Amino acid sequence: MYITGRDGMAVVKLDSGYNIGVPPESCTLAGHPVPLPSQQHEVIQDKNLPTLAIVSTGGTIASRIDYRTGSVTSQFNASDILTAIPELAGIANYRTIPLATILSENMTPAIWQDLARAIYTEIKNGAKGVIVTHGTDTMAYSAAAISFMIDTPVPIVFVGSQRSADRPSSDNAMNAVCAAAAATGDLGEVVVVMHATTNDDACAIHRGTRVRKMHSSRRDAFQSIGIAPVGEVGYPSRKVTLTRKAVRRGTRALALHDKLDPHCALVQFYPSMSPDLLKVYEGYHGLVIAGTGLGHTSTVLIPPLKRLIGSGTLVVMTTQCMNGRVCDRVYDTGRDLLDAGVIEGGDMLPEVALTKLMWVLANEKDKIKAAALMQDDLKGECTRRSTHGL
Amino acid sequence: MDYKALGLVAGIEIHQQLDTEEKLFCHCPTTLCETAEHSGEFSRYLRATVSEMGEIDRAAKEEMKHDRMFRYYTYDTTCLVENDEEPPAPVNDEALAVCLTIGKMFSMTPVPQVHTMRKLVIDGSNTSGFQRTALIAFNGILPGGGQIETICLEEEAAQRVKDEVFSLDRLGIPLVEITTSPCMHTPEDVQNMAEYIGMVLRSTGKVKRGLGTIRQDVNISIAAGARVEIKGVQELDLIAEVVRREVQRQQSLLAIRDELKKRGAGADAPAGTDVTGHFKETKSTVLKKAKKIHAIVLKGFAGLVGREIQPERRLGSEMSDYAKKCGVGGIFHTDELPAYGVTAEEVAGLRTHLHAGENDCVILVAGANEKQAACAIGQVITRAKLALSDKPVPEETRKMLEGGSTAYMRPLPGAARMYPETDVLPVLIDDARWDALVVPELLTTKAERFVAAYGIEKNYALQLASSEKLPLFERAVQEGIRPKLAAFTILSTTTELRREGVDISRVPDQAYLDTWHAVESGRAAREAVPEIFRSIAAGSSFSDALGRLAPAVSREDLEQIVRKIIAERRDFVGEKGRAALGPLMGVVMAEVRGSADGKVVSEILKREIDAATTPR
Repeated sequence: MYITGRDGMAVVKLDSGYNIGVPPESCTLAGHPVPLPSQQHEVIQDKNLPTLAIVSTGGTIASRIDYRTGSVTSQFNASDILTAIPELAGIANYRTIPLATILSENMTPAIWQDLARAIYTEIKNGAKGVIVTHGTDTMAYSAAAISFMIDTPVPIVFVGSQRSADRPSSDNAMNAVCAAAAATGDLGEVVVVMHATTNDDACAIHRGTRVRKMHSSRRDAFQSIGIAPVGEVGYPSRKVTLTRKAVRRGTRALALHDKLDPHCALVQFYPSMSPDLLKVYEGYHGLVIAGTGLGHTSTVLIPPLKRLIGSGTLVVMTTQCMNGRVCDRVYDTGRDLLDAGVIEGGDMLPEVALTKLMWVLANEKDKIKAAALMQDDLKGECTRRSTHGL
Repeated sequence: MDYKALGLVAGIEIHQQLDTEEKLFCHCPTTLCETAEHSGEFSRYLRATVSEMGEIDRAAKEEMKHDRMFRYYTYDTTCLVENDEEPPAPVNDEALAVCLTIGKMFSMTPVPQVHTMRKLVIDGSNTSGFQRTALIAFNGILPGGGQIETICLEEEAAQRVKDEVFSLDRLGIPLVEITTSPCMHTPEDVQNMAEYIGMVLRSTGKVKRGLGTIRQDVNISIAAGARVEIKGVQELDLIAEVVRREVQRQQSLLAIRDELKKRGAGADAPAGTDVTGHFKETKSTVLKKAKKIHAIVLKGFAGLVGREIQPERRLGSEMSDYAKKCGVGGIFHTDELPAYGVTAEEVAGLRTHLHAGENDCVILVAGANEKQAACAIGQVITRAKLALSDKPVPEETRKMLEGGSTAYMRPLPGAARMYPETDVLPVLIDDARWDALVVPELLTTKAERFVAAYGIEKNYALQLASSEKLPLFERAVQEGIRPKLAAFTILSTTTELRREGVDISRVPDQAYLDTWHAVESGRAAREAVPEIFRSIAAGSSFSDALGRLAPAVSREDLEQIVRKIIAERRDFVGEKGRAALGPLMGVVMAEVRGSADGKVVSEILKREIDAATTPR
């Protein structure tokens, strides 16, 4: 059976199930296969269980791959999910909102705004928790952005899978089950729920503003940086354990602040970086620098930075070390950067500082106040004390 | 037995590990480790996924009846690819080349573009839940008119350590899978063909050796039976026996079906009955421990559930295999009761309670909970219905047990278990690549050449051609060593030393060559070879080993020694005459500690014995 074309060859499926590539001219049309009727069965949900909303942005939590085109199918409703992961039915009943079907590297501030509005509406309409399915590449950026855009009384749980859903070993089902458990739990903040280790025995609950993807492929790629995870979900027990630091359900009143200023950028400094590169950011409203060590750039970058700041760009210094906080008062370079008007970003992760800057600049027009907000702890992104080691 | 009349049709699948530097889809070495050396472990669940055809494979579904957590051992020699934590590397080119070469040896046609597939396997032996496999070539020719349908390049599965624990050192070693057409019709045919294909594979010099590095699956059916795939026959000598026993099993199942029909037997109950209460006071430890006991009455099955269908196997064993898929330990049936602590009174009471007649067989399953017991009894009913049906031999994948009987594993997999491995790019096999492949000489041809060119005896030549030391032999001959000397050392001397307990693997190839050159140049006697090897195996260098030999004995000295030995044994020599040669040879060689050429010793001995026994 003819499947598709690939590199000039016709991919043919044999009766044995094997695919092989053959020259297209060796194929003759014998007929068109009758498409299989889709095996869609309605899944009955338990109305006595709490209601959760699942907002999908294109994550692979219950996706099915179309092997003809290689694309992920876009049908997405509660039945699809519950058919793929039946254990979910015992945790909650679900409303599903297909927001986007994008690869997460194509995420934009505009989609973050749509996402924030959709989540807000669901919570307003009574959802006891929200699950956001998301590609893992930029999940931490999105979790941070949503953290700033919504004051939430209920859990907003970001979840994804590192190993594709089309493999029996995929982490999608366990992550989804743990995410649903966390979403019905006593949380009241934006979190990321993913494998805690390579074992299928627990997921970690990470604060949305302190989490980072630290491995390109492992299941336990997501790690809390600078703080311990705020909780854990056991598997298959689904037992949710929260630390004292976790923000509890109902602590915050629901509010949406959906404005973002997309004219912000993040740049990583490296030795020999040309001052000319900074010219690109002229006219930007905000710039986050991932500096070296305690928060440094080379001295040749200081004059152009000063010019940027003078023309109205808010420049925030973070550290590419990821762990630890910025302190520009130790070395001359740091003091010169401060004199140039650079704001110390504390122990904020560079990506988090970027989304925060977008949010702050859209919501606070006064530069002095905006700079102060960048150093305030709004959603757990800045810690006052460095309590957690590497 | 007239297998042709029974319509025996058999084919084989041969799985052979390749001896490549690196694994098929990662850059780890293909070495096996001791499980005690594992550097870490992790645990996972697997769940069946829907195939590209939109269905879950039936074999995978069966494995999923029972939720299992698998544990995996990792090693310094394994990486994140084996852990299913990293996408695979491109297909290993060395493995592909060996696979193509084998294809060419069987005159096969290569696939123009190779596509790697995922074959669903969720018994835990693959961390990903699938085995990567690619069809490389098809339509091969076998002697006697048989055909090789396909040759595939696959990744080896992880080795089961125990229960649900697997070792990752073996996972990913390249494996060729050769599938013949169903072209064999007697048990001996099957064994001979397996032997032949194995010989061709070894001719490449690129396959792993030793137990477990080659495995045969056998596909068997008889005319009225069904196709059954028997997995994992490791010993070549057992293949014919496996075939014979499978024919016996299929015939027995057909006979049982006929008997059941005659009796008007039935297995119509939709589910079992809960009889947990009936065994409250039982002495049977299994039943006492069980939280739920379910029973089913099989009408007209009495005596047939316990009937032997192949050595050590009954229809009851088949039902038990099915039930085990739900996690129970097995079944009890009234054909074998009272036994195992179950009393005659309990059986009689059970029969009365269930209204079971004399002709009926009652089956019991002991489960850890309601779900497990119900699942297991459901499986028993399924298997009983099959026994009664028009096709009383189910199409199955079975595993070989010790001795050659088999047990049920799972249904035959369908095409639904295959879907594309999207992480591995296709590989083009163009004419230039195919034409450039050099076909190695077959081991049998090589052996014939050794017989003709070197006068080595035929069996010896075959052994030599199959030996791991073949490259050493060929090098030695090239360097001017007498072929017989090299062959004798490789095949006989080392075997004898091994039997003595000498660790012959500590003698490097170079030491063989040095020793042979020493013999050829007269610096050592042929008989000194074992002594040199013993020293080297114990840690000496070659030159030390040579130096430690007794100084070479001159001809005059030798003659003196011989005369002395004969003089000391005058009566013996007088009595035996020439027949004393053999025993005295040993005495002389011991005296000179191998430092004299046996030929010379023998010549002198002969002369001196003659002199001593001829009346002056």
